Amino acid sequence: MSNYTAIRKWADEEVSAQRADKARIAIGLGTCGIAAGGNAILEAAERTLANNTEINADVVSVGCIGICYKEPLLDIEIPGQPRLSYGPVTPGETKKILENVFLHNIYEHKKSLAVIGDDAFAEIPSWNEIPFFAPQERTVLRNCGFIDPEKIEDYIANDGYAGLSRALLDMTPEAVVQETLDAGLRGRGGAGFPAGRKWTIAADNIRALKESKSDLPSYGYVICNADEGDPGAFMNRSVLEGDPHSVIEGMIIAGYAIGADFGYIYCRAEYPLAIDRLKLALEQAREKNLLGENILGTDFSFDIKLKEGAGAFVCGEETSLIASIEGNRGMPMPRPPYPAQSGLWGIPTIINNVETLNNIPVVLSQGAKSWAEKGTEKSKGTKTFALTGKVQNTGLIEVELGMSLRKVIYDIGGGIPDGKEFKAAQTGGPSGGCLPKEMLDLTIDYEALAEAGSIMGSGGLVIMDESTCMVDVARYFLTFTQSESCGKCVPCRLGTKRMLEILTRITARHGKIEDLDALEELAPSIRDSSLCGLGQSAPNPVLTTLKYFREEYEAHILEGRCPAGQCKALITYEIDPDDCTGCMVCLRACPTEAITGARREIHVIDPELCTRCDTCRQVCKFDAVLVA
Amino acid sequence: MTNLKITIDNKKIEVPEGSTVLDAARAANVYIPTLCDDPLLEPFGACRLCIVEIEGYRGLPTACSTPAADGMQIRTSSAMIATNRKTSMNLLLSDHPLDCQHCVSNMRCDLQYVAAYVGVRGKNPYQGERRTYELDESNAFYNRNLDMCILCGKCVRACDEIQGRQAISFGYRGFSTKITAPFDLPIWDSSCESCGRCVDMCPTGALYDKTELKHGLPTGETKTICPYCGVGCGLIVETRNGEIIGVRGDGESTVNEGHTCVKGRYGWEYVQHPDRVKKPLVRKYLLEGKKKSEIDRDSSDWDWAETSWDVALDITASNLAQIRDRHGADSIGFMTSAKCLNEENYLMNKLARQVIGTNNIDHCARL
Repeated sequence: MSNYTAIRKWADEEVSAQRADKARIAIGLGTCGIAAGGNAILEAAERTLANNTEINADVVSVGCIGICYKEPLLDIEIPGQPRLSYGPVTPGETKKILENVFLHNIYEHKKSLAVIGDDAFAEIPSWNEIPFFAPQERTVLRNCGFIDPEKIEDYIANDGYAGLSRALLDMTPEAVVQETLDAGLRGRGGAGFPAGRKWTIAADNIRALKESKSDLPSYGYVICNADEGDPGAFMNRSVLEGDPHSVIEGMIIAGYAIGADFGYIYCRAEYPLAIDRLKLALEQAREKNLLGENILGTDFSFDIKLKEGAGAFVCGEETSLIASIEGNRGMPMPRPPYPAQSGLWGIPTIINNVETLNNIPVVLSQGAKSWAEKGTEKSKGTKTFALTGKVQNTGLIEVELGMSLRKVIYDIGGGIPDGKEFKAAQTGGPSGGCLPKEMLDLTIDYEALAEAGSIMGSGGLVIMDESTCMVDVARYFLTFTQSESCGKCVPCRLGTKRMLEILTRITARHGKIEDLDALEELAPSIRDSSLCGLGQSAPNPVLTTLKYFREEYEAHILEGRCPAGQCKALITYEIDPDDCTGCMVCLRACPTEAITGARREIHVIDPELCTRCDTCRQVCKFDAVLVA
Repeated sequence: MTNLKITIDNKKIEVPEGSTVLDAARAANVYIPTLCDDPLLEPFGACRLCIVEIEGYRGLPTACSTPAADGMQIRTSSAMIATNRKTSMNLLLSDHPLDCQHCVSNMRCDLQYVAAYVGVRGKNPYQGERRTYELDESNAFYNRNLDMCILCGKCVRACDEIQGRQAISFGYRGFSTKITAPFDLPIWDSSCESCGRCVDMCPTGALYDKTELKHGLPTGETKTICPYCGVGCGLIVETRNGEIIGVRGDGESTVNEGHTCVKGRYGWEYVQHPDRVKKPLVRKYLLEGKKKSEIDRDSSDWDWAETSWDVALDITASNLAQIRDRHGADSIGFMTSAKCLNEENYLMNKLARQVIGTNNIDHCARL
């Protein structure tokens, strides 16, 4: 019996002992669940159990299952029955649902979401039937929301470390690299470089180093890039919080494949829960001999250290990340040499994104062929997206690559709320672009997105409706890239600054039509001559909005008008005399006393005093406040 | 080590393995503009002016950081290169005070030269906010005017890679990035040793010697060896109207490759100091053959008087002999100097041990 078989047996026994005849009440306690009030639900569930000792159940916390717009979530799993999901629940509802389910066998509740299983149960539909989940394919998120991320036995009992076992016990390192190449797995951090090719280069360099030098403490490193920093993106956080072992397993396999003996997880410090869970997971893996000396009884030794980032977006760029681990300021260095040739402390290093590494155990346990069945010719597998913005169903989703934007936004996302019209989808965060409604049928894959002027990025997907000003969006992203530029190279430091100044001028009514020429001249120069990916991709939001929404820029400059009604310097607030009832609500709410009028008389806004804070429009019950 | 055969602008050239494209261009006498590269420093890739086109390479790689490879075909000019260089240079100048005439670096400024080469003419298309800082005059020898700084990072790297001091680094981010001492304190409060290497390497007027403020450009230069210690660093002494107005390290000297310590770089004002002793001085009574016990120290007998070396040395020798005879050889000690040559120190050793007969001899370098 191999070591792994023994560990697997132990895990299965642990899990079945924990769950034998005992129900499981799972509360989503990722950062998102906690923010939505998950801890109060946990307390309510525990209190309900304490008051009803006849209920035989454990309360456990799990990671995020992705359905953010229904947080906080309450899941109930009774042995022999499918798992039921409810949300968003209040503490009161939690008590009611638990009592209904356990004491009265009443399963349906107005907050019933779905059965997390293939068949409907007690009139509650299967999650395969509800629009948010039906089109999704869960590979990366296979365990998120299902296992207790703080228990290694949960992970192992769900095929965890099976990929590692196969790699270490049945395969040579070269075969593992080949398997990754065969899978066609491309880097999920954004650029989409094939992981297998990166590994091949590193493996060759590590072999050469081992032949030429015999006294080095390390010959190769594996770094997990967990410095997720795009505004609105939380794919990696959810994976680290909900399934930390999958990333650790991916790193160990990568280490074995390329001949590295040490790994670093570079996680941003703003993810405290992810860091706690990673620390715990690392300890557990060491205890079970899945990490450390002679892993699973083989000759292979590998350990991992967790390194917290210090809050610089640019440290997601690989050479800056290396500088940061080395204790230097996070600033990129020119490549070549690439990290796979000379990386951390000058040693060959691979840097893979959280999601890339999370896929590796699946590639190994299922085999490359099976893994690569999903996706398109050149973009294999699935990809997670943080679906946010002006869309009905926000959340963390995972889809097969090649799905159309329309399907993601209208089927999974449920379309645009409040009957408004879709305007643009922003992929790839500050490095990506805004795609207009003419591109809704674009398929989501690396090539198609790049051709449209955007990028896949790490998975941010922000939906914008007609009330979003595209000039303002470009300005927002430039504010971000400018303040996060490391300041080293000229085009990025000063080019983004000058572009930002121009965009700010345009949104402040001071734009000139020549400004558009300056933007069109600056943007390609910054793209072509910046040192690292941050600068090279910083003009994308400007380039795509200029390309697809030029008329909005022109309206700002030539007509002094913001079509979306967002840019304060370009809009005025007026009260429609036909609709105003003289109720005085807006008058009282106005923070600058810009509104005058008496009860039952039509109110008037003084444009001099008005700060365009939008409060009056929001409080008016008769839609009488007009923005023009 | 094998040589790499490469072609730059149709010039064929061989360069040793490990060379960068910029090294190769320098060897081939092909000018590529750069503001952040120095042969003595590691490639940095900040100014983006040394962009070139290389066959088979994507985009515009920077010559400073791209390793030369056998068979490489390099073009150093094209419309695309010119456009991007101009944009970078215009951006740099959009955040730089354009008052060259009042700048200490006027006519010796790399930024000025490269801007002229790149050919930014007419009105700068990019206008906007400019960084302004308080002048840092805290250092005894040089000033830091960060308004002029183009963030090429040469000072940071010189301090780290050459002097090994790491007194300064990049601080802050984005447009607000600046070169700072730790905690953004004045440079005098950092670990700076005032070697002046950063000042030498600065391509603009951001770092300059305080003495530079007093003079125009030097009219003469003299190569010499530093008189301070036995290392023998090469120096270039800058003069104007027969006076020394500055000293810098001699880049051609194999001893120091242009580097100096604070003494060699800044300790030259004594040369022209009115208090400097240029001839031997002895107490006046010694010249008159009087005895120390006979004179009044408040009288002019006790004053210093100029004399010749022969006289001064005779007096010294006879007094030393007297002391040895009266009090024994070990009542005398000798201290030698790093400013002397090895041969001179050897002779001092002989004088102490063989002529005087004492082992009381030591050297200032041991202190």
